[in-house]
Amino acid sequence: MKTLEELLAIKAKAEKQMNVREEEGAGIRVVVGMATCGIAAGARPVLAGFVEEVAKRNLKDVSVNQTGCIGMCQYEPIVEVFEEGKEKVTYIKMSPEKVARVVADHIVNGNPVVEYTVASLNK
Amino acid sequence: MRELSLNILDISQNSISAKATVVEVSVEENSAENTMIIKIIDNGCGMSEEMLRRVNDPFCTTRTTRKVGMGIPLFKMAAEMTGGSLEISSAVGKGTQVTAVFKTDSIDFTPLGDIDSTVITLITMNTHIDFLYRLTVDGREFVLDTKQLKEILGGVPLNEPEVVMWMKDYLKEQTQIIRGGVV
Repeated sequence: MKTLEELLAIKAKAEKQMNVREEEGAGIRVVVGMATCGIAAGARPVLAGFVEEVAKRNLKDVSVNQTGCIGMCQYEPIVEVFEEGKEKVTYIKMSPEKVARVVADHIVNGNPVVEYTVASLNK
Repeated sequence: MRELSLNILDISQNSISAKATVVEVSVEENSAENTMIIKIIDNGCGMSEEMLRRVNDPFCTTRTTRKVGMGIPLFKMAAEMTGGSLEISSAVGKGTQVTAVFKTDSIDFTPLGDIDSTVITLITMNTHIDFLYRLTVDGREFVLDTKQLKEILGGVPLNEPEVVMWMKDYLKEQTQIIRGGVV
């Protein structure tokens, strides 16, 4: 059984780790479209998938956020990846299955998964 | 929408856009009456009477990227299909309350679905907002209040992975207790 008391232990542990983390900035920003169109198309498990993968791999300089309608509702769920000094990468029709690969190839190793991006539409 | 919990996530985004600092999501099930009442209450900027009249229109939206909104109409349709109803009350500067009543014995009733996931998404993506989630099943009640969690956690954010894991398990266990299951 989870209790509120357990949170105190988590707090103590997390505070120690936070001191280490403060020196690192958020290098990569993952943004998931969460308007009506995104949610209806399945954005909630995609967002949860990113949060989970980032936590599992303990990626300290990656933030996962949500935004409203990105404007291409037919391609939802849409995920944008921002990295300083690089062009934005827009992933379309995302699924929880695709998330693991985007995190492994793109977020960790720096190689965008081109076939999932909006750029692949023109080919 | 395949689950009502997705409608709840969607409607709650309106509260967030309305700059609410406290959002209450409440799900109340009554098996004797075959009803489920979903309420989303916020203290955001509220709506004018004119806007309130227009929100049921699918072409009403505040978004700038497209001309249709759909959030409220979809939720309303899901409620009315079951023989239920949707009501919105709002006051400028005070907040908005959306109440949807569902008849759970209707063949057109959409299941609640993964409400825990909706609650976790809302909390972890908007750590600056306080959420109060209330689940009531036949008079038994469970409340998760982020104000209380924040008091315990101090400066540790609610989107800290270990805290998120704790919330997931806590919601699951408490829901099972409320629903009369064995943990």
